[in-house]
Amino acid sequence: MKATVTVMLKPGVLDPQGKAIGQALHGLGFAGVGEVRAGKIIELELTESDPAAARAQAEDMARKLLANMVIESFRVEVA
Amino acid sequence: MRAGIVVFPGINRERDMAIALEISGAKPRMIWHRETDLSGLDLIVIPGGFSYGDYLRCGAMAAQSPVMRAVREHAARGGYVLGVCNGFQILTEMGMLPGVLLRNASLRFLSMDCYLRVERVTPAYTSKFAQGAVFRAPMAHGDGNYFANDATLDRLEGEGLVAFRYVTPHGEPTLAANRNGSARNIAGIYSENLRVLGLMPHPEDLVDKLMGGTDGKPLFDSIAAAA
Repeated sequence: MKATVTVMLKPGVLDPQGKAIGQALHGLGFAGVGEVRAGKIIELELTESDPAAARAQAEDMARKLLANMVIESFRVEVA
Repeated sequence: MRAGIVVFPGINRERDMAIALEISGAKPRMIWHRETDLSGLDLIVIPGGFSYGDYLRCGAMAAQSPVMRAVREHAARGGYVLGVCNGFQILTEMGMLPGVLLRNASLRFLSMDCYLRVERVTPAYTSKFAQGAVFRAPMAHGDGNYFANDATLDRLEGEGLVAFRYVTPHGEPTLAANRNGSARNIAGIYSENLRVLGLMPHPEDLVDKLMGGTDGKPLFDSIAAAA
């Protein structure tokens, strides 16, 4: 299975990178852009073939390494 | 004080740290990141640099390395651990110190001197400073913006675990003195038993007149005098 882990800063945690991207977009004339948040996507090739088990594995990996739970949250999609 | 300095791939401040410890009379040895035997050492120092290229998050990879399991056990036995810059990031990634170091609020890498106020005199690290003393220290980091939730910050302050704050040369914790945007101007914190210390700036780079000053030397004199 392939698991896709999306890691984002939690709401309320300052995201200066997102802010800078937002400002750059405004500079380019995209006036309708509100808040911008930047995160990361990590794709995992897993030998596990059961979707529920693959999801559980990816969630465990996210909690232990891929995300820092102090400031980040994550979501997992399996396909 | 017998000290070991942990060396990860991408670390670059280990020799500065060794010089600072040697000048003050502590006897440092280098510890390669695959080593797991820390016996005979009182203090483990995790120096600055860019361990594992800062991949994923600063310190995230180093936090999983074999030597850091041994460092965690060393701390659990009551051993001393000092993390500077990347070392501080690694200690927070491991949960050995609370909070996290975010990207600098300005998004800029900051390489400049800052001024630190000694918030608490502790036997192991700051006995050679006066309470409230202000000293100059170089800093060089992209991710030094200390963050923790309000409950954690209140606990750190309430229990006197804030080690250093960014201040003006006159000792005022102003917004302007807090270049990286750290919560409550926090530059360094202690563990509950005051034996684990993490800080972002580099006192080890001001310990000799040839470096431009000896402002950071009391920290290493304190370490050498402890234990």
